[in-house]
This record gives sequence, C-alpha cells and structure tokens, in this order.
Amino acid sequence: MLLYTLRRLLLAVLVAFTVSIISFGLLRLSGDLAAAIAGPEATEAQIEAIRVDFGLDQPLVMQYVDWLLGALRFDFGNSFYFRDSVVSLVADRLPVTLTLGALAIMFALIVSIPLGVLAAVKQNTWIDRSALTIAVSGQAMPSFWFALILILVFAVNLRWLPVSGSGTWAHFILPAVALGYYATPAIMRLTRTGMLDVLASDYIRTARAKGVRPGKVLFKHALRNAVIPVVALAVVQFGFILSGSIVIETIFSLQGLGLLMWESIGRRDFPVVQAVLLLIAMMYVALAFIADLLNAWLDPRIRVA
Amino acid sequence: MSTVERHDSPFRRMKAAAVEDYIAPSPWTMLRRRVFGNAGLVVGGTIFALIVLMALAAPLIAPHDPYAQSLANRLVPPIWHADGTWIHPLGTDGLGRDYLSRLIYGSRISLIIGLATALVSGFIGATLGICAGYFGGRVDMVISYIITTRLAMPVVLVALAVVAIVGTSLQLIILVLGLLLWDQFAVVTRSATMQVRAQEFVTAAEALGCSRLRLLCSEILPNVMNPLIVVMTLEMANAILLEAALSFLGLGVQPPLPSWGLMVAEAKPHMFFMAWIIMLPGAALFALVLSIYLVGDGIRDVTAPENRN
Repeated sequence: MLLYTLRRLLLAVLVAFTVSIISFGLLRLSGDLAAAIAGPEATEAQIEAIRVDFGLDQPLVMQYVDWLLGALRFDFGNSFYFRDSVVSLVADRLPVTLTLGALAIMFALIVSIPLGVLAAVKQNTWIDRSALTIAVSGQAMPSFWFALILILVFAVNLRWLPVSGSGTWAHFILPAVALGYYATPAIMRLTRTGMLDVLASDYIRTARAKGVRPGKVLFKHALRNAVIPVVALAVVQFGFILSGSIVIETIFSLQGLGLLMWESIGRRDFPVVQAVLLLIAMMYVALAFIADLLNAWLDPRIRVA
Repeated sequence: MSTVERHDSPFRRMKAAAVEDYIAPSPWTMLRRRVFGNAGLVVGGTIFALIVLMALAAPLIAPHDPYAQSLANRLVPPIWHADGTWIHPLGTDGLGRDYLSRLIYGSRISLIIGLATALVSGFIGATLGICAGYFGGRVDMVISYIITTRLAMPVVLVALAVVAIVGTSLQLIILVLGLLLWDQFAVVTRSATMQVRAQEFVTAAEALGCSRLRLLCSEILPNVMNPLIVVMTLEMANAILLEAALSFLGLGVQPPLPSWGLMVAEAKPHMFFMAWIIMLPGAALFALVLSIYLVGDGIRDVTAPENRN
C-alpha cells in the first residue's frame, strides 16, 4: 500500500507540474496578453508600457518560474481590477464553491444510489427502464437550461426558494440540485452495473441459501461491495462539479469561484483567471489522487496491479 | 428466392419459409433485424435524421430570414397562445426575429460544432490510443501520462479562458473543444487496440512484412472502429452541450448567429414573463443531444451486444 501510495503521489505531483505549465502557457501563448489587458482602444505605447509593467517582456520561461515560485508561496500577484491580492479574493470565494459542490454531490448520491440499486434489483422491468431513461435524459439536458427551468418552477411559480444570490442556505438549494443532477446519471449507471455484477456472484447465492433476510443481503452483502467503484467516481465527479459550477454560479449569482472567474474574464483580469484555473486544476489532481487511494484501500486487488 | 417472386404460390411460399427456418439469415439480415429491433436506435436515429434534414434544408423551410429584425414585432407569442399568429408560428425574440427560423438555422451551428469537434478530437485521440495500445512499453507510458494530464484540466474553464483571449469564432471553438475532448477516444482505442494486437491476424500481417503504417491503418483501425464510433457520438453530444454552455456564458458563438445556447442567454431577461422563450431553444438542444445519445447507445448494443447488461 505504501509503495502504491508513493507511486501515485509521484504521478500526481508530475501531473500537477505539467498542468501548471499548460495552464500558464495557454494564457500566455494564446494571444497578446498585454493587448488584451489594454483593451481595443489602447495605443501601441500604452500596450508596450503594460508589457513592461507586468513583466510580459521577459522570456516566457522566466515568467513561468517567477509565477510558479509565487504560486508555491500562495502569491498570485494582484488583481488588475480590485487592486487587491488574488489570494484573498480567491479565499473569500472558495467556501461558497466548496459548499455548493458538497451539497451538489450529496444530492447526486442521495438520488442516484437508491435509483441504481432499485434498477438493478428490478432489472429489465419498467422501473429499470425508466431509471435508465432518467439517466440518459439527465446527460442530455443542458445544465444551464435545467437551472433556468428550476428557477421558473420553484422560485417564480411556486415561490418556495429565492431566485438568486448567496445570502442564506436557501440560496444553495436550487444551484445544488441543478449542479448535482449533472453527476447523477454516471453514478446511477455505475451503481446499477456494480449491483448487477455483485448480485450474480456466488456469495450472494450462499447468503440467500443460508436464509439471510433479503433486505440484509441487499444492503449488507451486496451494496457494500457494489458501491466501491462508486466512491471513487463520486470523488472524480466532485471535480467536474467544481468546474461546472461556473455556469450554475453565473445563473444564480452565487458569489463563488466560478462567478469570480466569469467576471474576471469579462474584466480581462488575467491574474485572477489564471489563479482560479490553476486552483481548480490542482483540486482535480488531488481528487484523482484521493480517488485512486480510496479505490486501492477499499479493493486490495488494485494495489497489486 | 427469385423463383418465389416469379411464380408466387402458397406452396412455394411455405417452402421458402421452411427453407428460411434452417438456412441462417445473411449477416445483413441479422444486422437489419438488430437495428430495427432496437427501439432507442430507431427513435434516436429518426430524430437525429430529422434534425440533419432540417439543417440541410434550412433555407428552403425557414419561413423568414433568421437575422431580419423587426422592432414592431418584438416578442410575439407562439401559435398556441391566444394572440399567436401563423406568420410567426413559434413567435419572435426580443429583437423581433422569427424564432422558428432561428431555431432551424441554429441546428446548423450545433451540428457543425458536434461533427467537426468529434472529427478533430477523434483523430487526435485515436492516433494516441492506437499508438499506445500497439507499441506498448515506453510509448504507452508517455501517452498514458498525457491522458492523465489532460484529464486533470477542467474543460469548461480552460475553454473559457482560451476563448476569452484568442477571440470567439466558430473555427476557434471547434479547435479548442477538439483539442480538449480527445481523452475518451484515446482511452477506448488504447484498450481496444491492446485486445486486437494479441490476435493472430496481426501477427500474420507482421510476419508478412506489412509496414507499420499499413498495419495500424488497415489491420488495427477497422477492428477498433465500433467502440470508436460509440465514443464519437458521446463526444459529439458533449461538444454540442459545451458550445451551448460557452455561448450561454457569452464566450462562445457570437450574436447575431442563432446558436441555441446563445438564444437561451438572449431570452433569459424575458423568461419571467414568457417561459416559452427559453423552453424552445433548450428543448431543441435537449432533443438533439438525446437523439445522439440514443443512437450511440443503440450502436453499442448492436455492435457489441455482449457489453450490454
């Protein structure tokens, strides 16, 4: 297990390093950053001044090393727009996004695991088929459209929940549902196939033959084993949810990282854009690492491979 | 069989039916039966074909110019409302543009984005996957590392950031999405190639002195094509949804182009008073993506029934 952990950790660090190069390079190489900051009306001299000001005239490698050394000390420079340090901005917004993400993944698990179990137990019946239909239509539904429908139904027509904002816990319900629904189909499908595999296995037949109560067979013997891959998937889905939150936060005006990133793109505030991009990518790497370890911990067969 | 057609008699027909009982149907007949026996594939395929036809025949069937504004006719409700008219069956948007015509032309954008992105990413992913699966060893290690790195990039955020700097155009969005969405292609072709590689006809081709490129293109590629097509449908749907989300956020297809995602964004200020104005483009997106998923699932069931559960 230790060897496995170390190997995975090394891989994660390497990936994190590569991702930092790419996310830095993408923003520097995909256009003239100085011209983008200065805006369309700037003169050549102004653009040149900005280039020198932000160190954009330095060789790319030097810029990257500077930026990376700063990033390692949690110093991402100052926001062009707020004239404030990027770190404090991001730290302000991070809790909102994490809360939203946690609520969303909870919603997804609460909906999809029972549905997946039910679909597997009632395989090839109308219950199974309608659960699969829900899964396919969930994947096909544009998340922003689903969010707007939720607003229309629950905030405008029924007036149960607020339309937008991030003041109270009630503001988080609709965004969490909209965001979590996106992760539901994948988790449901995996729970279903996992359950089907496990239910067909010998030890379940043995348990049934021993006369263990059906409920106990299902939840204690079968679900525990079927849910192993689901745990890792949920961790990975949490990463997708964090990056998908940009759409949902924008719709609901939730003051999280996604909204900050979207607004910063509009304001051409690139230090913030870069920092959020790197932060989310690092969370992805960390979550993938955790998912690997969880998998190996829960299923010893993986450690050997 | 041709004799049956010429001299049709009940006796001959019975004989033909009896013959069919013990002569196995041709592979094509089997395929046809499986295709038409798969409800999802038939329904999805029909919807998808209709949308493709709509996109191809857009200039012929659109009742109005999708770009023609008419401020006197702003926000006309669709026909099922009390004051809807047949001049604008699905109403008009906030600038008085005919909604039906915009929806029809919007299918072109979604389809182009979906197809082109799937081709670009399919090319990248399949090349990497086949190389990793066939050569194995170091090559596999490097390519697996590239795949892992790609999976650590948040697609929506990267696409947004790049598009924000480089600018927005249809070609650019296709390129950016194509460069981001190849991971599933690579993962699937890699494992499929590993299975094919171990088979005897590959060894035979190697023994015959087949060149590398020929081996990869004409021995391996056709045999990993089925899973590749399934992934292609998935990524097509994915690209269409991503373009819609980017356009919705204002960083994708730019106005006045009638992208469905952009139409939802433009309709958002009016949605509290008229729900239909966001429902229509959203429903169009949903129908297109759903039909692609159904076709993909159907193809998987037809080509690899053993993977179904």
